Amino acid sequence: MYRYDNYDHALVQERVAQFRDQVRRWKAGELSDEEFRPLRLQNGLYIQRHAPMFRVAVPYGMLSSAQLRRLAKIARDYDKGYGHFTTRHNLQFNWIPLERVPDALAELAEVEMHAIQTSGNCIRNVTTDQFAGVAADEILDPRPLCELLRQWSTFHPEFAFLPRKFKIAVNGALEDRALTWFHDIGLHIRKNEAGEVGFRVIVGGGLGRTPIRGQVVREFLPWQDILTYNEAILRVYNRYGRRDNAYKARIKILVQALGVEKFAEQVEAEWAHLKGGPATITQAEYDRVAAFFNPPAYAQLPAIDDGFVQAQAEQPAFARWVERNVRPHRVPGYAAVTLSLKKPGTAPGDVSDVQMDRVADLADRYSFGEVRVTHEQNLVLADVRQDELQALWQDAKAAALATPNIGLITDMICCPGGDFCDLANAKSIPIANAIQAKFEDLDYLYDIGDIELNISGCMNSCGHHHVGHIGVLGVDKGNEEWYQITLGGRQGNNAHLGKVIGPSFPADEVAGVVEKLIRVYLDNRHEDELFIDTLDRLGVEPFKDKVYGDRLKGKKAA
Amino acid sequence: MTRIIKNRAVVEDSWSVLRLAEGETADTIDLPQGPVLVPLSVWHARKSALLAASSPAAPVGVWLAAGEGPESLADDLAQLSVIAVDFPKFTDGRGYSAARLLRERYGYQGEIRAIGDVLPDQLFLMARCGIDAFALRADKDADKALALFDTFKTPYQAAVDQPQPLFRRRAA
Repeated sequence: MYRYDNYDHALVQERVAQFRDQVRRWKAGELSDEEFRPLRLQNGLYIQRHAPMFRVAVPYGMLSSAQLRRLAKIARDYDKGYGHFTTRHNLQFNWIPLERVPDALAELAEVEMHAIQTSGNCIRNVTTDQFAGVAADEILDPRPLCELLRQWSTFHPEFAFLPRKFKIAVNGALEDRALTWFHDIGLHIRKNEAGEVGFRVIVGGGLGRTPIRGQVVREFLPWQDILTYNEAILRVYNRYGRRDNAYKARIKILVQALGVEKFAEQVEAEWAHLKGGPATITQAEYDRVAAFFNPPAYAQLPAIDDGFVQAQAEQPAFARWVERNVRPHRVPGYAAVTLSLKKPGTAPGDVSDVQMDRVADLADRYSFGEVRVTHEQNLVLADVRQDELQALWQDAKAAALATPNIGLITDMICCPGGDFCDLANAKSIPIANAIQAKFEDLDYLYDIGDIELNISGCMNSCGHHHVGHIGVLGVDKGNEEWYQITLGGRQGNNAHLGKVIGPSFPADEVAGVVEKLIRVYLDNRHEDELFIDTLDRLGVEPFKDKVYGDRLKGKKAA
Repeated sequence: MTRIIKNRAVVEDSWSVLRLAEGETADTIDLPQGPVLVPLSVWHARKSALLAASSPAAPVGVWLAAGEGPESLADDLAQLSVIAVDFPKFTDGRGYSAARLLRERYGYQGEIRAIGDVLPDQLFLMARCGIDAFALRADKDADKALALFDTFKTPYQAAVDQPQPLFRRRAA
């Protein structure tokens, strides 16, 4: 993975000094709360229910074992011994006193980490595919370009006070695993007919209050031009995006207002001035950065390891874990392993300091010392030998990281919700736990099969409920927590938004409603049909009928 | 006279800023004696009168409101020794783009001055975008603010202060 040089080190150290000074001046009354607010936000610091929430950047999801151990140490020394991985690869702490954040930042800087631009109205952490570099369907490893984007966006002087936040996602494979259609800018790496590498540029997607699928502003942009082209997009947005209403300030609203053709024209007109300028990426720079992502020293192995096959035959529990949590790898004899952070009864995405240390150990022992964070809030060891999978499974089980549920209903995406987040309208973790409890039986869970259930505690949509096959959204009704259900959303190449099925439900009914939706699927599915396929075939009506039928027969409806 | 930061030093400054009050219009407002920064609308409405009244001792400049770009000043740049960029709120970032465009697109060589809600913690960013004079908000200490220009010594991007991005300058 990328390693800092003296320039990178100096920048994060200067950032620590800057923030330490800002905290000092704020405490001394030289900076008002209002003046300090965007400064702390651009270091990932929110004032929350219990304490400031502190969001650490994990650029494009890559972590070294040393970094993960440092996060564990910070969880232990500064927090209450755990952290929460988010849908944008980052790690959030919940209990660090504001006064101690500069020290925590200094500890992060020592391991080439920071909290730069993890919040605020600026360019946020760039996200990508958790299987970058190892996926069989990859066109080009997106990580070197992500790193170039990270450097370009870090302290960008023109774009630190945008109308609203700005999120970029990059996907380098045939299948979109980075939710690129729902980012401010989504980039698809592709090759043109001449075999040259470039990007399809998608702008104006987003979830939140006004969910909109992004639109293509350019089908092919040579990779060298990505920084200048992004500057053109950002400049048009910075100048013309709305600033009168925070709810209408994202770039998606500007793109909708202008229409994508007009927006693209403005971008192209701006880019005409920037194209070919000094920010055009050089081959030498690409090569310098790409060298950090060269494949590790893989062993020459048989494509199929006999012992691995035999172990699956002998141990159904291991086979089950392999089926759900292990993915093929482009290198013979290797596999990519997802460590589940969705053990029923825990908060999805939460990880303890002990677990972080254990994952770091597992990474060192089995996967070249590297870990990835997925936007589904799990961790990936991307380069594991088949003949070591069984040993890894045993070790992961001991750390409660081997729940064999990846892609199943208990592997849900879930924001921290009203238990922690000040923005939330409703709690989300207890809903997640109630649903997990309904589906604890493994045979039942496996019979249901692949399904994506996403929960957000408010319409800011951190839990991506719009793109879940089943989405759950917390809403506030007269100071009571209610939950709206959507069906049919999805991520991937055909990403689109789910539709609300009807009136919302009180908290204690949500898990039962989900169970009914699943019942309709189980009763109607064709052989080998997934939940989403049955839903697409039948339409939403039979699901609605089942859920609301009982209520129409006399129970109170909301 | 007020104290402003100019080319990284605190200096005495005699420019005033003309702002149209409620009910005043660009066509009818009394033009004050320079040195004065006038709104873009006043400049366009009264250019010849302003230029006739100006002198080396009493020059005229223009200030751009947030949302006003330098496009409509393109032909006038040679006549303006100061162009100000107004920040109505320090969180309104449009002025950064206006300043860069003035320098990089239109080649403006005169002074670009930040006015309005100008705070010390944004000086580093503003300077990178080509702003070289800063009328800090009255309650802020210009002398203390000087140190913040050097917050980051070697940033990554190309900008007005350093037209080559770091990746073209990194030691091999």
